[in-house]
Amino acid sequence: MAFTLCFVLFMVGLYGVLSKKNMVKIVMGLVIMNCAVNLFLIMLGYKKGGVAPILEKKTNLADFLARSVDPLPQALVLTSIVIGLGVLALTIGICIRLYEKYGTFDITEIRRLKG
Amino acid sequence: MDKSEKPVGMTLIVQTVTRWLKGPIILYGIYIVFTGHLSPGGGFAGGVIIACAFVLITLAFGAKFALGRVGKLLASELDSLGALMFVTIALLGYVGGSFFRNFIQMANPAPPFRIFSAGTILLSNVAIGLKVGASLFMIFIILAVIRVVEDKDGKMKMIQKKQGGDN
Amino acid sequence: MNRLPLFVAVPLFLAFLIPVLGRKWKTLPDILGNLATFFLLLLSLSILGISGVYAVGGWPPPLGIVMVSDGLTTLMLLIVALISFAVTLYSIDYMELYTSKTRYYSLFLLMIAGMNGVIITGDLFNLFVFLEIASIASYALVAFGCQHEELEASFKYLVLGTLASTFILLGIAFMYGTYGTLNLAHLARLISENGSTAATKCALGLFFVGFSLKAALVPFHAWLPDAHPSAPAPISAMLSGLLIKSIGIYALIRLLFNVFGFTPLISHILITLGILSMVVGVFLAIGQWDYKRLLAYHSISQIGYVTLAIGLGTPLGILAGLFHLVNHSVFKSLLFLNAGSVEYNLGTRDMKKMGGLQEKMPVTNATSLVGAFSISGLPPFNGFWSKLLIILACVQAKNIPAAVWAVLVSIITLSSFTKVQRYVYYGKLKEEWKDVKEAPQTMRIAMVMLAVCCVLMGLLILPGPRNAVLTPAVNALLAGREGYFNLTFSR
Repeated sequence: MAFTLCFVLFMVGLYGVLSKKNMVKIVMGLVIMNCAVNLFLIMLGYKKGGVAPILEKKTNLADFLARSVDPLPQALVLTSIVIGLGVLALTIGICIRLYEKYGTFDITEIRRLKG
Repeated sequence: MDKSEKPVGMTLIVQTVTRWLKGPIILYGIYIVFTGHLSPGGGFAGGVIIACAFVLITLAFGAKFALGRVGKLLASELDSLGALMFVTIALLGYVGGSFFRNFIQMANPAPPFRIFSAGTILLSNVAIGLKVGASLFMIFIILAVIRVVEDKDGKMKMIQKKQGGDN
Repeated sequence: MNRLPLFVAVPLFLAFLIPVLGRKWKTLPDILGNLATFFLLLLSLSILGISGVYAVGGWPPPLGIVMVSDGLTTLMLLIVALISFAVTLYSIDYMELYTSKTRYYSLFLLMIAGMNGVIITGDLFNLFVFLEIASIASYALVAFGCQHEELEASFKYLVLGTLASTFILLGIAFMYGTYGTLNLAHLARLISENGSTAATKCALGLFFVGFSLKAALVPFHAWLPDAHPSAPAPISAMLSGLLIKSIGIYALIRLLFNVFGFTPLISHILITLGILSMVVGVFLAIGQWDYKRLLAYHSISQIGYVTLAIGLGTPLGILAGLFHLVNHSVFKSLLFLNAGSVEYNLGTRDMKKMGGLQEKMPVTNATSLVGAFSISGLPPFNGFWSKLLIILACVQAKNIPAAVWAVLVSIITLSSFTKVQRYVYYGKLKEEWKDVKEAPQTMRIAMVMLAVCCVLMGLLILPGPRNAVLTPAVNALLAGREGYFNLTFSR
């Protein structure tokens, strides 16, 4: 169920990227897609009723292994979020410069390159 | 207020509160950075908090701060220094045997190094905190403060990028 | 394999050192940038053909991140180092046209670090991180001039590139969810033991789309003809010569051959994509009058050759494909540098306005002639040998239509470059270009260097050099999943 919702979210983002004409909406589509993938990744490691994956001296190892959530997807998502932040900052920067040059956010009017 | 004197930034209330709060916010950010190896937090989160403090100052007192000496120092020098420090830690590990090796932990910590209870992780967190704090502040400057930077013939306006892959 | 991490660490270190020091000494970025790429060139020569594994942080393979070096890795590292050295040499004078050399070299070295990282890493998520570093740097470099066209091209490139990255990340998530590991060799072993599930096929499809977008194969090529011409000329050379190969083709074939296993279906897809790219690219190139845009379309077409040859899957096909990949890096970079030096002096890229530059710019003309001969496959130059091998491989694999297309596209390429030479360098010198000068010293040296490489690399067809350089790379791919697993877990 949750994975289906992730997929739906991903498709919403893809729809935004592919069909919208406003640059800001395209960027929002990209962010939504990225969030959907991040959610998907974090849910891969989720366990119902799981505990935080921190090993202490008094922890029972077998119980810990059975109950702890997978920490690797969390690390991956953290990295992916940081990368997404970098890309987003660059995208917004380029959008602002484009707006300064062309005076519009409509990509159908930003058409100097052709051929 | 005198009409000839154009008010910079926000109202007096905001400015006063900011003056009181900027210290605790930065301190809290530093705390998060320095305990990142023991509790939730770390370089990225702490760096974001520090950057937020500077963003608050810029919002309250106007763009003069961001474009002044401190802002320039923060945005350009510290940004590179943080990343440089991170790579240097990795390279020190390389000299000590393996790239990114936790060289402090391995060498049976002598008294001055005992404070680094997780080896190089604390140092890496500090480096990441510097890098993230400085670059987020710089992104804020570039997106919000600097509008048009036309050189002589509008030759170039750089867009500074943030490097992914830390933490 | 102690030298492997340096391929990432040195450019990364210098990329952040340059902005710190470059403010005070104006010539320092030039010196450090060139030293870095020269150092990488020497380093990559020193590990040519050696295979080995490096465990980052001392953690053994399935747990930690590993860096794996085999024949293909060292070949790609060498070509990245060679082209980037020539390009940094060229940038010394060319980048005077722009204001901030410090930032330029910083981004440039980040891009090299990203590409080298993609090439040497043996971990799927690490590959994604390096791919993003290289991509982000390249988005920023395309927008470097900050004029209308550059920003527009960069935005287009950025949106499609981010789309590709998201697909790749989703594929990685599928792989991790199915197999619970990210190490490429471990994944390969698990896939060959457990067989592929629906999720694996899904991931394969996502990787195909993602990396094809990065490599600009034809249904996914829309960003390339805008992005590559808009960048500064040295960056165009880097993007066309290296980036689409190292983060597109290399990553794709590494995953297909060494992780997923090469099947007839994959072979069909690659051959179809290859022929499509070849034909569409070259036909779109014919009508172009923008010098660099024409070259960009030829990049699509030549990448199609590489994909076609590797897609055949036979030893000869892979040899031909890798040979053409290396050759294309050299001659396409050379051609972009030529276009750059014409633009440097004339300030325009429109070929209709040029003419007769032959007498004013003899070095550029001569090197451009070498590049044009190479790309269209005329005998003494490297392009001829690799195209010959590709055609032979097609015939050997009994794929006659592909061979016919390869020959036809080659002829059209020749005609297209005849047009370039005719309109830019020959004919009557126009009045307005009367006092045009030859490109500055370092730009000439870089172009001559690449031209000499074009001639010398034809020698790679001989058995001796071939066995030293190309054959290990072919063997690395042919070893498949088993060979890659054994190499990574060899200690």
